[in-house]
Amino acid sequence: MRRVAIAGIGYTKIGELWERSLRDLFVEAALKAMDDAGVDKVEALYVGNMMSGSLQEQEHLGALLASHIGRPGIMATKVEAACASGGMSLHQAYLAVASGLYDMVIAGGVEKMTDKLTPDVTLSLAMADDREYVVYSGATFVGLNALIYRYYMHKFDVKQEDIASFAVYMHENACNTPYAQYRNPIKLEDILRSPFIADPIHLLECAPISDGAAALVITTLDRAKKLTDTPVEIIASSAATDYLSIHERDDILTLRATVVASKEAYGQAKLEPKDIDLLEVHDAFTILGVLALEDLGFAKKGEGYLLVREGEIARDGKIPVNTMGGLKARGHPVGATGIFQVIDATLQLRGEAGKNQISKAETALLQSTGGVGGTVVIHILKRRD
Amino acid sequence: MSVPRYWRGIKYHYRLIGSECLSCGKRYYPPRKVCPICHSRNLRDVKLPERGKVLTFTVIRVPPRGYEKYAPYVIAIVELIDGTRVLAQLTDIEPEEVNIGIEVEAVLRKICENGEEGIIQYGIKFRPVFT
Amino acid sequence: MRPSREVGIIGYGVYIPMYRIKGEEISRIWKSSTIPVKEKSIVGPDEDSVTMAIEAAKNALKRAKIDPRDIGSIRIGTESKPYAVKPSATIIAEALGITPVSLAADLEFACKAGTEAFEASIALVGSNMVNYALAIGVDTAQGRPRDALEYTAGCGAAAYILAPKSYETIAYIEGSYSYVTDTPDFWRREGQFYPMHTGRFTGRPAYFKHIVEAAKGLMENLGLKISDFDYVVFHQPNIKFPMTAARILGFKVDQLKPGLLCGEIGNTYAASTLIGLAGILDIAKPSNRILAVSFGSGAGSDAFSIVVQDAIESKRDLAPKVLDYVKRRKYVDYALYAVYRNKIRT
Repeated sequence: MRRVAIAGIGYTKIGELWERSLRDLFVEAALKAMDDAGVDKVEALYVGNMMSGSLQEQEHLGALLASHIGRPGIMATKVEAACASGGMSLHQAYLAVASGLYDMVIAGGVEKMTDKLTPDVTLSLAMADDREYVVYSGATFVGLNALIYRYYMHKFDVKQEDIASFAVYMHENACNTPYAQYRNPIKLEDILRSPFIADPIHLLECAPISDGAAALVITTLDRAKKLTDTPVEIIASSAATDYLSIHERDDILTLRATVVASKEAYGQAKLEPKDIDLLEVHDAFTILGVLALEDLGFAKKGEGYLLVREGEIARDGKIPVNTMGGLKARGHPVGATGIFQVIDATLQLRGEAGKNQISKAETALLQSTGGVGGTVVIHILKRRD
Repeated sequence: MSVPRYWRGIKYHYRLIGSECLSCGKRYYPPRKVCPICHSRNLRDVKLPERGKVLTFTVIRVPPRGYEKYAPYVIAIVELIDGTRVLAQLTDIEPEEVNIGIEVEAVLRKICENGEEGIIQYGIKFRPVFT
Repeated sequence: MRPSREVGIIGYGVYIPMYRIKGEEISRIWKSSTIPVKEKSIVGPDEDSVTMAIEAAKNALKRAKIDPRDIGSIRIGTESKPYAVKPSATIIAEALGITPVSLAADLEFACKAGTEAFEASIALVGSNMVNYALAIGVDTAQGRPRDALEYTAGCGAAAYILAPKSYETIAYIEGSYSYVTDTPDFWRREGQFYPMHTGRFTGRPAYFKHIVEAAKGLMENLGLKISDFDYVVFHQPNIKFPMTAARILGFKVDQLKPGLLCGEIGNTYAASTLIGLAGILDIAKPSNRILAVSFGSGAGSDAFSIVVQDAIESKRDLAPKVLDYVKRRKYVDYALYAVYRNKIRT
């Protein structure tokens, strides 16, 4: 297996981008990535996306977008793993280059969520769980996370404040992120006063509905070193699944897919949690942020909230988390999110994070989650200059 | 859901019929053909018990398309008396009255109607045990 | 009428939804002074005639203690079918596990559709065509806002499993008698949301004429007198009508009371007489004789003479009783009632 690295990054702003279509967004991100890497020729394209079928009535994104970036003919495919589509897109691109079959690959993601009304988007997001038995009973994606949230507080006797404040840190970071959807700080009181979407989850604990696209140029480490002064190596890439529906799991408070995939990743990279300088976790809801800290090995089960309460996840804390704002504030264009996490981490590793720059940024661990942990993709990135 | 999809699931949705692994005894809802624990392909239909306890719950206030008429409604993970867990709506109860641990029993109710012209879809919900 | 083999009731059950609206709450809106019942029952947003019928039938099965697959026929009588065309009977049959080998049909005769189902089931068992027949009367009646009937249009279901008379049946049918004429006292045209009625004309020429004729005809046929009966139950559009019918025929109020539930749940239309009958079965003793007379607008009455058997004592407690459902109540105001009963355009 060859060593794989990121040679270029490209991305759009994230938000309600009424004037931009799905293909507009992806083309912008992909071209920016190619320009950033200084390459003209790519051999393969992976497009992470979850809902183009239901929201745009469009499939076959691989061929569509390969053509629209001006490269009809290359190998191209859509990659779908619910909200982990972006992470999975990178995992496929990593395998493509590591295997030796392709040298220059784009790993991208795009989601255009504002084309339909909220009840339709809610139904589409719920496709991440079992349509015929779970969604059939009226469950929504927020609702499924709420079931876990309530049970977590009940089992470990945790106050909601200690979980909800995760979002305060996200917004604090996004203030300095030019492409973030929300660049305003929020207070804990604002969060707890915001309306319930599915009790106990408040509106301001949920990642927003977003449009956006991001892309990476992936190549061998050797090639990346020739193209850029700041290559970022992918030193681990792993993925795992779990029972799709949480009620089928023995322990609904552990995302086993995170545990399994991260163990695999730590093994590949020969690292431990203490070796990680910054984390990108999939905080679609504050509770997922807290669970990720536990399942990735940074806190014992039931104690993840302590890292939040004690401010250790802040940029100047023991383990900075989502330094550019995370899903909550930077935004969550579902299929693109996994790639945006790479963008956010890469900016840190390259030293280009501006006001958000943390001092020691050499190794980053990224968790991309699909559904309520039905799929988890883990990447570990390391600066190589 | 389209008519054929709904029709295929009628037996399982109306009568709370799940699967039981004949090799290791574990039970599942929804039904499946392969046991994830022992990988046996010997699973048969089993009628699950209609009583259980609420393990956790939430109140859906922003419903998916088709369920707007019923919002806000409660969904819960119910642990049946044989240990099998199902996810279902709770009914005949206000959100404020729900607590972890309350005892519930299965009833058949309307799940959603496809507008005024489509078929009515029924399914299992749980209500507080009343006798 | 008597079939060729004796038929009994092997199981019975009811279902009444939990929501109630008080008569005084309805009168608060329309500012009327006449309140014919204390309160009526209404379905919640996720209930309809099918869901109610299923729970009533499940209760009947609990008392019958038979395998649902042995049921050979299901007849359901209602004027509030969820579908104008598509049998409710098959949905119920599927939910109970009766399908696929069974007769199944929905019947209509306004408020006596339930006893029509009961009568048809007696015939199927009595003729030896099936061994167990399930009869259900159920309605989620719609009351026109501001109309007198809005106070009483209630929701409920009752189910009976008929079987050959045996020591396992909780009561047997001594005989039945039906009296029908073309009397248009109350009707609903195709496509209309609310029914029409003819005010005072629904009394003497309709309700009282048919109930009294059917009761008299039954007693004459079977050689019985009023004094042979311990209890009586009539169709209950309100409290006054059944009490007047009882008086006309010569019954005492105490014989009517256990079956007179209209004041608590309203007029449950096709379920009315059958829920009333269940209320009596919940307290009756072996060898008690019950006169049950329904009334359906359009018009007609079915009268039955039913004698309670020993098995009632051991089977009665196997399922919730009528009063268990009556006690389970939650009041709603007129606004929520209008939402639940689909009276608001969205």
